[in-house]
Amino acid sequence: MDTNKKSLSFMISELKRFFKFFFSELKPKGKVFTPFNIITGIIMLTGAVLLVIRFAFGLGTITNLSQEYPWGLWIGFDVITGVAFAGGAYVLTFIVYIMRDEKYHPIIRVTVLNGFLAYVFYAGALLLDLGRPWNVINPIIGNSFGVSSVLFLVAWHFLLYMLAEFIEFSPAAAEWLGWKKTRKVLAGLTLGAVIFGITLSTLHQSGLGALYLMAKAKIHPLWYTEFIPILFLVSSVFAGLSMVIFEGSISHKVFKHRISEEIHRSHNDIVIGLAKICAGAMFVYIFLKALVFVHGQHWTYLNSGWGLWYLVEMIVFVAIPCFIFIEGYQSKKINLIKFGAVLTLIGIILNRLNVSVIAFKWYEAVRYYPTWGEIVVTLAVISAEIWVFRWIVNRMPILSDMPDWAKRQDQIGELESVTQKSESLKWKASIT
Amino acid sequence: MDRRNFLATVGTAVGASFIGRNAKASEKIEMMGILIDTTKCLGCRSCEYSCAEANGYPEPSDDSDKLFNSHRKTSENSLTVVNKFVIDENEIYVKEQCMHCAQPACAAACLTRAMHKTKEGPVVWDGSKCMGCRFCMISCPFDIPKFEYFSANPKISKCVMCWERLAKGEIPACAENCPNEAIVFGKRSDLIHEANNRIYSEPDAYVKHIYGEHEVGGTGVLYLSSVSFENFKFRTDLGEEAYPEFTKEFLYGVPVILTLFPAFLLALSNSTKREKTFTEGEGGNGH
Repeated sequence: MDTNKKSLSFMISELKRFFKFFFSELKPKGKVFTPFNIITGIIMLTGAVLLVIRFAFGLGTITNLSQEYPWGLWIGFDVITGVAFAGGAYVLTFIVYIMRDEKYHPIIRVTVLNGFLAYVFYAGALLLDLGRPWNVINPIIGNSFGVSSVLFLVAWHFLLYMLAEFIEFSPAAAEWLGWKKTRKVLAGLTLGAVIFGITLSTLHQSGLGALYLMAKAKIHPLWYTEFIPILFLVSSVFAGLSMVIFEGSISHKVFKHRISEEIHRSHNDIVIGLAKICAGAMFVYIFLKALVFVHGQHWTYLNSGWGLWYLVEMIVFVAIPCFIFIEGYQSKKINLIKFGAVLTLIGIILNRLNVSVIAFKWYEAVRYYPTWGEIVVTLAVISAEIWVFRWIVNRMPILSDMPDWAKRQDQIGELESVTQKSESLKWKASIT
Repeated sequence: MDRRNFLATVGTAVGASFIGRNAKASEKIEMMGILIDTTKCLGCRSCEYSCAEANGYPEPSDDSDKLFNSHRKTSENSLTVVNKFVIDENEIYVKEQCMHCAQPACAAACLTRAMHKTKEGPVVWDGSKCMGCRFCMISCPFDIPKFEYFSANPKISKCVMCWERLAKGEIPACAENCPNEAIVFGKRSDLIHEANNRIYSEPDAYVKHIYGEHEVGGTGVLYLSSVSFENFKFRTDLGEEAYPEFTKEFLYGVPVILTLFPAFLLALSNSTKREKTFTEGEGGNGH
């Protein structure tokens, strides 16, 4: 009885301490009224007002969606493009935790955090687009499993992937809070979460493409192919890594005071390495695209406006950045690589919008284009993500070094696995 | 064992078994359908009025001359429309509504099974499950499901073959109120039989094509016409494969990847780990 009381009062005091710390950390660090804060603040407020109108009076009040174009910018850009941009997390966790290439270890946390937030905000933006959002729990609980639906799969995998990403990211949060025991447990879960996360990513990156398989009669033949899922998966590799390069070079300037010596030192090396992987993935992508093109006998479509648009996408925004990446890593030109990354990102936006919006119902006389309201809400979602990202990076050891106790924990963990290994070696030696 | 069977066996865990079962179910049960003979339609639009009345939608405009000037589509307020086409100086009237596919893309697309095919034939919508994602609209090859964009509680509206009337033993309102029997309700197999009968008995009056017999794997609504269906702006490039088939291969792949990938990744991870600790272990043991 007495010990119960003691532990209860201990827990209460711990909780009090946690909330006190948490609320003290909520306060902004640095100047509040910077131009960036004022502009994004206004965008988010406007977005919030628009969303109130949208939920009160229907999607049609602030969007240009119609019976012909049921999915617009919010799905085509926020979700389908945003998720491709978040692909860096699964590619890098594969390289670092599965292939154990330590070179990219310094940026793994920031990449995972970016991936996690991208899913929370961009996939979360899906909720804004739902006509009957209160039923969103139906495919998760209850008896309404639409297992024959690709969207069912994508929805579940989004959810599970967010969980996996959260676990991968959680040791950083534990370090921030000073929870040593929790951190040890969470760090132990990392490999499991990584394996789970990569598997889910493979499925839903391609799943986003598979959403359009049944729109066969609606997408221009230059963009429709039964290989859309594979093309989406392959392009998510260089989309994600280009985002890592792009985002990394901005973080490097904005969070100068937080960046650890290690990241600073290895930055160029990492960028060059990423450019190499991007170039490889893009080469595979171009090859697959060419294969689809030749097999589909699409020559005749080239001689039209759509053909020209297709060539712009493929040559200016895939082939050229591919060569830029190759030139960039061969002659170690960091700025050239960054330019290539920006071109690639534009190319991915074009590609995803082509499949989902631009070449969708290409035969329709009245075209869809987003309203200013749709654009503002999209910018508001991006702004909110940047605010949260900044808040976390300024507090947790994402770009900065982890605390010494955490480093020791990792070393001990590694040592344990080494002794385990050597013990098993001894055991093997003893039986032979 | 061919590849498809193999994948289905491997993937019994989640999706595959359900898909297989659905496909079989739609083959077994005799579904109801509607036969629309465009050569008999007079363009009186009785079907539009009776449909609006039966389903509680606003009464359609009675300005037929004006309405017939443009090609109309069904909307969130009108589940069926009649269009006029002038072909070789003949006026042909064509009713449009949901085709009630044998294997509907909208139902396969629905992640809550709000849109589903009843075993009797009609494809119906359940508002208590629908989350308004509009993936059914993206998937439907005929662009039939419509969404209420100006409502806080929007519905997906489409022809449900007067599902409630059928439950009471009545027939769809449009079929009941057609004055010239251009709309016939019945078992789909009987309707195909009847349609073929009409084509064979009056070969000059009809083209030899029942639209909907094979399109997208067969539809519940069937059309007869005196001219080819392209004239009615019907899509004749949809193919004969049922649309859910397009995603089947992908969905079969899911359980395979879900089971094989983690094992593969774990093995890969272990192999890279072993290499590293091996050298360290060797150093430690003083070899």
